[in-house]
Amino acid sequence: MARPGPSSRGQLHVWRYLGALLVLFVALYTTVAFAGQGSAWLKPKLGLDLQGGAQVILTPKTESGKTASSAQLSTAVDILRQRVNGAGVSEAEVFVEGEQIVVQVPGGNRDSIKAATKTAQLQMRRLVESAPVVPTTPPTTAPSATPSAAVSTPTASATPKKRPVTAGLVQAGTPTPTSTPSATPSPSEAPADAGPLVRSGDVYSPQAFALLDCSDPKARLGGAPDAPNQEIVACDRFGTEKYHLAVAKVVGKDVKGANVGTDSLGTQIKVVVSFKGKGQDKFTNLTKEAFGATPPTNRVAIVLDGVVYSAPTIQNVINGDAEITGGFSQKEAEQLANVLKFGALPLNFESGDAEVISASLGDDQLRSGLIAGGIGLAAVVVYSLLYYRMLGFITISSLLVSGGLTYAMVCVLGKQIGFALSLAGIAGFIVAVGITADSFVVYFERLKDEIKEGRTPRSAVDVAWKRAIRTILNADAVSLLAAVLLYFFSVGGVRGFAFTLGLSTILDLVVVTLFTRPLISLLSRQRWFSRTGPTGFYGPDGGQPSTGATRPSLTTPQEA
Amino acid sequence: MGIVHRLYHGETAFPLIARRRRFYAVSIALCVIALGSLIFRGFNLGVEFKGGAIFTVSAPSSVDLHDTRTFVESLGVNEPIVQTVKTSTGQTKVRIESAPLTQAEEQKVVEGLASHFKVDANSIDSRDVGASWGKQVTRKALQGLVAFLIAVILFISVRFEPKMAAAAIIALVHDLLLAAGIYSITQFVVTPSTIIALLTVLGYSLYDTIVVFDRVDENTKGIERGNKSTYSEAAELAVNQTFMRSFNTSLIALLPVSGLLFVGALLLKAGTLKDLALALFVGLGAGAYSSLFLATPLLADLKEREPRFVALQGRVAQRRSGAAAPVRLSQRSTNAAEGEAVESAPVATATATAVRRTGAPPAKRKPKGSRPTGKKRKR
Repeated sequence: MARPGPSSRGQLHVWRYLGALLVLFVALYTTVAFAGQGSAWLKPKLGLDLQGGAQVILTPKTESGKTASSAQLSTAVDILRQRVNGAGVSEAEVFVEGEQIVVQVPGGNRDSIKAATKTAQLQMRRLVESAPVVPTTPPTTAPSATPSAAVSTPTASATPKKRPVTAGLVQAGTPTPTSTPSATPSPSEAPADAGPLVRSGDVYSPQAFALLDCSDPKARLGGAPDAPNQEIVACDRFGTEKYHLAVAKVVGKDVKGANVGTDSLGTQIKVVVSFKGKGQDKFTNLTKEAFGATPPTNRVAIVLDGVVYSAPTIQNVINGDAEITGGFSQKEAEQLANVLKFGALPLNFESGDAEVISASLGDDQLRSGLIAGGIGLAAVVVYSLLYYRMLGFITISSLLVSGGLTYAMVCVLGKQIGFALSLAGIAGFIVAVGITADSFVVYFERLKDEIKEGRTPRSAVDVAWKRAIRTILNADAVSLLAAVLLYFFSVGGVRGFAFTLGLSTILDLVVVTLFTRPLISLLSRQRWFSRTGPTGFYGPDGGQPSTGATRPSLTTPQEA
Repeated sequence: MGIVHRLYHGETAFPLIARRRRFYAVSIALCVIALGSLIFRGFNLGVEFKGGAIFTVSAPSSVDLHDTRTFVESLGVNEPIVQTVKTSTGQTKVRIESAPLTQAEEQKVVEGLASHFKVDANSIDSRDVGASWGKQVTRKALQGLVAFLIAVILFISVRFEPKMAAAAIIALVHDLLLAAGIYSITQFVVTPSTIIALLTVLGYSLYDTIVVFDRVDENTKGIERGNKSTYSEAAELAVNQTFMRSFNTSLIALLPVSGLLFVGALLLKAGTLKDLALALFVGLGAGAYSSLFLATPLLADLKEREPRFVALQGRVAQRRSGAAAPVRLSQRSTNAAEGEAVESAPVATATATAVRRTGAPPAKRKPKGSRPTGKKRKR
C-alpha cells in the first residue's frame, strides 16, 4: 500500500478539496440562516403555480376617457413585467384580462405588490429652501412606535418590495382596519403610522419641514399623497439633505421617453429624459426661471414618488433633454427609466384592491411531482448500485451533496433576488440530476477503460480524471453558453429557466471537482478498490484488474 | 456471450456508421411525420399563449380546488386553471381560466358554476383574458436562441471543428422537431412549461452530442498521418467506446422523467407535470439516440469527403489488400494492424482498443505490450 510518491501528493489534494467543499457548504447555509427569519429560513420561495401570491388589477383610463388601445396596454404590460420581474427569476406574471391588466406576484403580500405596481410620477420642482440632515438622533423619530416594531424595521425597510411573506399568507387576508386609503403601509410600518411621522413628499408646513427626519429610512419610503399643485417637503434618496419644494412645474405626463446613458466622461450613469412638445416648453420655462435665481432657488429637484433623486443647480436654460444623475447603478438607472416610461404612458391606472390568490396548481400536482421524482431517483440509486457496485455509493453521495448545495442556493437566491421555484423549475432540477450524474458516468467509464487497458486502478484514477474533466468541461461549456445567452436575451419564464440551467451546470462542476474526484482518490487507496467484485473493474484479460506487480512500468504514472 | 454481458463489459462493436443509411432513414421518416403533423395539425396551445375565457364566482371560503377543477372539467373545459382569490374585504372567489370557448360552451360553464356554487348566474363574471406569455416573451426567447445557436456553432468550430458544429446542429433540430412533433400528434396542451421543457431538451441534446464528439475528436487526432483506420472506423470506435456512457446517462436522466410522465399522464391525466414530462421524455430519448446514431454518422459522412481522409481511405485499403488476410470487415482490418509497430500514439490506442472490443482472443497480448510506449508518448 505504501507507495510514497503519488499517494502522498494525492492525499494533500483530497483534504484541500473536501475542505473547500465544506467551507462552501457552511457559508451557504450560514447565509440562508442569516437571510431568513424565524422558522421559514430553510424554505425555498415557491412560484405562483405552487404557492399562490398576490394580485392587483389595474384599470387603465386614458386622459380623454376613452378605453386604452391594445398597443398601449401591451406597452404597459411589458413595462410592468420589467418592474415586477426584472431579474426574470421571480415567476411574477403580468397579463391583460378584458381591458384591465392583472399583475400577479408569488408569495408577495398585498402591500408589496401595490408598491410594485405603483406609477411613480415624475415631478420637477424648484427648491424653496434646503437643509443638510445631521444624523444625530435617528432612534427618536418614531416616538409612538413600539419597541418590537422598531427592532423589526431594519430588515423590512431594507428590502421592502422583495421581502417574501411565506407563512401566514392567507391569514394576511383577514381584514385589518388600516383604512388610510392613500398610504400603503407595510405591516411593520403600521405602528409608526399612528404617530406623527412626516414622510418625504408630504404637503409643506413649517412644522412638517422641521419634523421631517430624512435620516429615518421610513420617511423616505414614499407613499405620500400625490399633490403636484402644492408645496411639499422632501428628502433626497440617501437621507443627507431635506428640501422644501415649490409646486411641480413638470410632471410625468410631460415625459416622452427615458433612456439610460453615461455622461461624457463615461463615469457616471445617468437617465436621459425627453419631453413631449408642451412638456419641453414647461421644462425650458422651469430652467429659465431657476437660472440665475438666488440659491437655493436656482436648483430644480427631480422628484419621484415623493423622494428627490437629484437636485442640480441650473446653470443654463435647457432647450433639450433633462438628465438625472445621482450615483445610480446600471440596474437602478434602468429601473428608474422604466418607471419614468410607465409614468409617461398616456394612461392613468386605477389600481384595484390587492387580492391574495391561491396556487394555480393543486397540491396534488406538487405532491405527485415530488413522489414521481422520488421514485425516479430511487430507480437511479438502484441502477447505480447494480451497475457500478460500490462506486454506486459515490454516485449517490455526490448526488446528495449536489442536492444539498442546490437546495441552499435556491433558498439563498429566493431571499436575495426573489428566485422562485415553479413546478417547471423543479422538473428542471430533476433533469439536472441526469446531467450531474453524467459527470460521474463519464469519469467511471473512463476509469473502466483505463483499467481494462492494463492500468492499475490506482494509477487509472488520475489518468481517467484528466480525460474525463476535459469532456465534462467541453460539455458544460455548451450548457453554460446556453444559460448565459438565454438569460441575457430573454424575459419572463425563459429567463428563469436559463438561470436554473446555469446554476445546475455550475453546481455540477463544483460537485465533480470538489467531491467526486477527491472521494475516488481517497477510495482508490483502499484494497477493495483494486478488486473486480466490489467495483466492477475488469483487467485486460477480463479478470481482476492489473495489480502492477507484473508490469512495474505502469504502476507509477509518469506525468509530464 | 449475451448482449447484456457485452454491454456491461463495454465490448460493443455496433456497426453504427456502416449502417448509417438505416438510421438516417428512421430519423428522416420520424421527422417527416413530426413536421407533417406540425403543419397540418398544429399545436393545441394553452390559455397562456392565446388567451381565453375567465370566470369569477363567489364561493364559500372552504372551497375545495381539486373538486372544483374536476367539476369544471366535467363541463367540457380542457385543462382549466382554477384558483381561489381572497379579496381585501375577506370574500373568497374562485377564478377559472380556460381556453377560448364558444358562446354556448361559455353559457354551459356559467350555468354549471351557478348551480355548483348555488349562486345567481348573473353574479358570475366572465370575460376574455389575454395571453400571459406575451409576444415579447416569445420574441426575446427567439433572439436568445439565435444568439445561442451562433455562439454554439462558433464554440464547436473553434474547440473542435466546423463539421462537428454542423452535425451537432442537425441532431439538435432533429431532437427538437421530434419533441415538438409529439405534442402536435398527441394534441397535448402546449403551456409555458412545455417551452421550458423544450429548452431543456435543447441543452441536453447538445451536451450529449459534445460528450460523444469529444471522444471522436480524441480518437481521430493525427489519424490522417497513419494508415491504420479510416475516419469512419475511428468515429465508430468512439461511438462504441462512449456507448455505455450514453446509455447510462440517458437512463439516469430518463428514469426520473419517466416517473414524472407516468404519474402526470396516467394518474393525474392533466396538468403541468404531464405537459413537461412528455417533452422531456421524448426530447431526452431523441437526444441520446441522435448523438449516437445520427450526429456521429453524419460527421463521418462529412469528414470522409475531405481530400485527406479520402487519401487515408486509399492508404488503408491499400495496406489491407497488401496484408495476407482477406479483408472485408472493419474488425478484421484492425486485427491486421496488431502485428505492426506502433507509430502514431492515438491510432495505436484506438486500434488496440478496437481489437479488444472485437474480442479476437489470440490478438490480445501484442497491442497491450505496445501500449505503454504509445501512451507515454501521447502525454
